[in-house]
Amino acid sequence: MHSRFFVNLSVQIGKLRMQNPVTVASGTFGYGVEYARLVDLNQLGAVTVKGIRLQSVRGNPTPRTVEVASGMLNAIGLQGPGVDGFIENYWPFLKTLRVPTIINIWGTTVEEYAEVARRFDALGDVGALELNVSCPNIKEGGAQFGTDCRLLSEVVAACRRATALPLITKLSPNVPNIAAYAKAAEEAGSDGLAITNSVPAMAIDIETRKPKLANVTGGLTGPCIKPIAVKLVWEAARAVKIPIIGMGGIQTAADAIEFLLAGATAVAVGTANFYEPQTALQVIAGLREFMQRKDIGDVRELVGSVQAK
Amino acid sequence: MLSAAMVEQIVQIVSNARHTDLYFRLVVHAPQIAPLVQPGQFAHVRILPLKEALLRRPFSIFQVAGGTVSILYKSVGRGTEVLSRMRAGEELSVIGPLGHGFTLPQAGGETPLLVAGGYGMAAMYLLAERSPQKGILFVGGRQRVDILCEQEFRALGWEVRVTTEDGSHGEKGVVTQLLAAELRRPGARRKLFACGPTPMLRAVGQIADEFQVPAELSMDEHMCCGVGVCLACVIPVKAGGGWEYQRTCTEGPVFDSRQILWEAPR
Repeated sequence: MHSRFFVNLSVQIGKLRMQNPVTVASGTFGYGVEYARLVDLNQLGAVTVKGIRLQSVRGNPTPRTVEVASGMLNAIGLQGPGVDGFIENYWPFLKTLRVPTIINIWGTTVEEYAEVARRFDALGDVGALELNVSCPNIKEGGAQFGTDCRLLSEVVAACRRATALPLITKLSPNVPNIAAYAKAAEEAGSDGLAITNSVPAMAIDIETRKPKLANVTGGLTGPCIKPIAVKLVWEAARAVKIPIIGMGGIQTAADAIEFLLAGATAVAVGTANFYEPQTALQVIAGLREFMQRKDIGDVRELVGSVQAK
Repeated sequence: MLSAAMVEQIVQIVSNARHTDLYFRLVVHAPQIAPLVQPGQFAHVRILPLKEALLRRPFSIFQVAGGTVSILYKSVGRGTEVLSRMRAGEELSVIGPLGHGFTLPQAGGETPLLVAGGYGMAAMYLLAERSPQKGILFVGGRQRVDILCEQEFRALGWEVRVTTEDGSHGEKGVVTQLLAAELRRPGARRKLFACGPTPMLRAVGQIADEFQVPAELSMDEHMCCGVGVCLACVIPVKAGGGWEYQRTCTEGPVFDSRQILWEAPR
């Protein structure tokens, strides 16, 4: 029998304190309330909500998702209620939770990012802002900021000036050198990084010869992208001092631990929420059990401890 | 703001066998879910032996008896093929009941006319069973084997009118022809409830407009999370002078036909 000693799971991203290192990936958990009947939200490290820009967004035509081997493609198009709709309809519930909310924000211009950041700064009680500079499914905004180092710096710096809230920059996997982007975000004032977003991808119906998504291309997520994401986290972690939230295909505690070893301070469960809403809670329990079994007293001992040459 | 009551439960298969030549009937012991089920709702099923296809599969709930819930399904893809080989005693994960179902007809209110295409018939059984007023079920399919639970509706005391496209059972033709013929007859106030393929639903919506009768349509869209977060299953719906995408898993699957836009405006 292994000992059942206390393990410290709490971590910090800038001023954001999390009781454990497990949150959910933006866009896979709505605004929290949708899962409140199925998941004890107060057990999570934080709730991360779907991307919000200033105005409400209608989203892309359908079909918006397609299942592929060990994953799925999506091209939702960031459908959402906008800042005002979010504050009116979802914030009152999120505010009642004992765990912090990370609000994922985006815009089509640098100024819009900053304005959204200001609006949420004024709200008080927000845990952190996650800057979405990496959504592959919208024409303007999103990935254009995440695949251009100079634009990325501008967006992060503008948000930094707009708010004192912790800023987490969510980086695209679709760059040749993630370390450069990680450094750019750090130097512009980001408190943390989220790595990674969905991987640009495509699926074709061979009978109709048409793309399976109305948007033609989409973002690949799920267990099939996990090794890609682990490598990106590992590369970024060696380049920066700020903490990283690792994500991409996490289904189990073992998956999460891989990300921690690669250098992530925290992790997010994404696509798995769609098929098993308990996944994040199972990851937390499994991580605690692993640490007890390995006599690891503090989760931070795992972070970046991969023994790679 | 909190969603309607739903439960995630590991359930045991009570039986899983051929119901007709084309369809299987799956009965699971789901004592937490069964008492919550309303007509027109669905169960979101994770087929645990399925490894590479990760997502849950949504199925209309067919019958509820005691602590059991049953569905009818056709083996059409990897998921349902694996499901069809599962045996009594094996386990599935089910989230349910989900979705906004049919409005139960009221005693003394409009006469319910149910319109079902193929598999849509399963989604209407509970509505017929729980309706305080009996009405008529119109059901259509390509051929005899597509008509999957006619006897169950007759056993409830409902009149059933069948059409098949090849004439192998009931009248030859499509179900909406019989529906329109019935509405042309003078009668009490009537309300339509429909579930089936989208072209059929659209035709039912047009007939409802033409005859000025209300209609509730259960929309069948490709679904992913089933609980309203992924926004995969949306359809364009009239809202506040304009339109918006609404979720068939949450605001639907049942919508008032007058609210539905059949194509997203450009």
